[in-house]
Amino acid sequence: MVYAAMAMALVLIWRATRVVNFAQGAMAMFSTYVAVSVIDRGGDYWEALVVALAFGFVAGAVVERVLVRPVESKPPLNAVIVTLGLLILVESAAAMIWGDSVRSYPARFSQTGLKLGSQRVALSPFDLYIIGAVLVVMAGLVILFRATSLGLRMRASAFEPEVARLLGVRVGRMLTLGWALAAVVGSLGGILVAPKVFLDPNNMDDVLVYAFTAAIVGGLDSPVGALVGGVGMGLSLSYVGGYLGYSLETVGAFVILIVVLMVRPEGLFTTTTPRRV
Amino acid sequence: MLEVSDLRVAYGAVSALDGVSLSVGPGVTTAVLGANGAGKTSLLRAMTGMVRAKSGRVVWKGTELTRLASEEIVRQGVAHVPEGRGVIQDLTVEDNLRLGGLWRSDREDRRKALEEMYEFFPALRERRRRSAYTLSGGERQMLAVGRALMARPELLLLDEPSLGLAPIIVAQIMELVARLSADTGLTVLLVEQNARAALSISERAVVLSLGKVVVEGAAADIAADEELRHHYLGF
Repeated sequence: MVYAAMAMALVLIWRATRVVNFAQGAMAMFSTYVAVSVIDRGGDYWEALVVALAFGFVAGAVVERVLVRPVESKPPLNAVIVTLGLLILVESAAAMIWGDSVRSYPARFSQTGLKLGSQRVALSPFDLYIIGAVLVVMAGLVILFRATSLGLRMRASAFEPEVARLLGVRVGRMLTLGWALAAVVGSLGGILVAPKVFLDPNNMDDVLVYAFTAAIVGGLDSPVGALVGGVGMGLSLSYVGGYLGYSLETVGAFVILIVVLMVRPEGLFTTTTPRRV
Repeated sequence: MLEVSDLRVAYGAVSALDGVSLSVGPGVTTAVLGANGAGKTSLLRAMTGMVRAKSGRVVWKGTELTRLASEEIVRQGVAHVPEGRGVIQDLTVEDNLRLGGLWRSDREDRRKALEEMYEFFPALRERRRRSAYTLSGGERQMLAVGRALMARPELLLLDEPSLGLAPIIVAQIMELVARLSADTGLTVLLVEQNARAALSISERAVVLSLGKVVVEGAAADIAADEELRHHYLGF
């Protein structure tokens, strides 16, 4: 599920700006540290969440304005390099500010499995909270893109910025908003996953790899695909980790990625047709 | 009402417009003619901020368009149907149309405009839920024009609407432009390679060659000038 949240953030930026943000995980980690700081100062879980999401929104907007804007009209590789650079920058900055020791992050709800009759199942109240939060976010994104005029303007800006401008769409604002929203979703993903994996400046790297695979599997264009891809990734990685050993999880993710790219490069859920340029 | 004065556009060292001046009165349809590379498309692109003019001015109803960003120009009542039509293929027909009017705050009128476009172009209503990718060339042109009209513009810039279309569709498009101009008092600047079709519905015409205005005058006079036709218009 948390892979799904992160995958959705990637999908969001992709849909809004046609850029894959490799720093997504690092930005999420940073927001999560911001949340930790709030908790350290005596804030409760919800206060920390709100502050971190607000921070994510502003940080996403600033990153777009300052770093991504200058390369937006350049070849896509430039944006890739910029986001990779940002990844390293953000990870180093977090290590400088909060140190590189591993931190734990409190879960808002119990992490022990629920009792179903006398059986304890591998589903805790905290898991239910994660599932609920991700479903709400996904529904929100689907509504935003499919049913609102803001979403229509965002999609038009992403597909054909030049044409969108002629139609009066303020493309720059749409791109900034796209990055800001994606950073919010990513930050939420970071905070949701933190109690399960602990927090250190590099811990979102794996999560990003899985989320990226989930987004590709589901189709970079589709929030629903990101959700299904994320859940599918989580399940298959648990099997790989459980039966073959934890160290093979990352390998498993890459195997899935490569197979999907070979069989259906546009993703399993995407509706747009691939075009040769 | 539209005043272009000494407009210059260059792509790097290559000059595309070399001091173009022209004026267009309200409600008049003007054909902009000339061979490939004469600067027709650059003229329109400079008017709507898609390329920055090196010097010169475009003034529309007292506003200097050359100072504005593309996204602000439609708010001045100027709609531009770009070369190749600019239909967004990944969006549905209806989303494409709606997009054209979204900047206007009057929701009620936006809905009315959409309904009018479907009456204008019944083929689009039938395909409203389909992706624009599935449309034929003629339907795409109708969609592009309809989308521009959603803005309820006063000045319509059309870039090669006949490009790649069958003669019968070209005739339909030209008829449509003529009807629009007659019904709504729309001012039209019609860039065309197909000079014969464009002259048949225009009141005035401008002939460009190598980035300069060769002649500006009544469409009928230009159509009657055999030497001019032979030299610049290819018919």
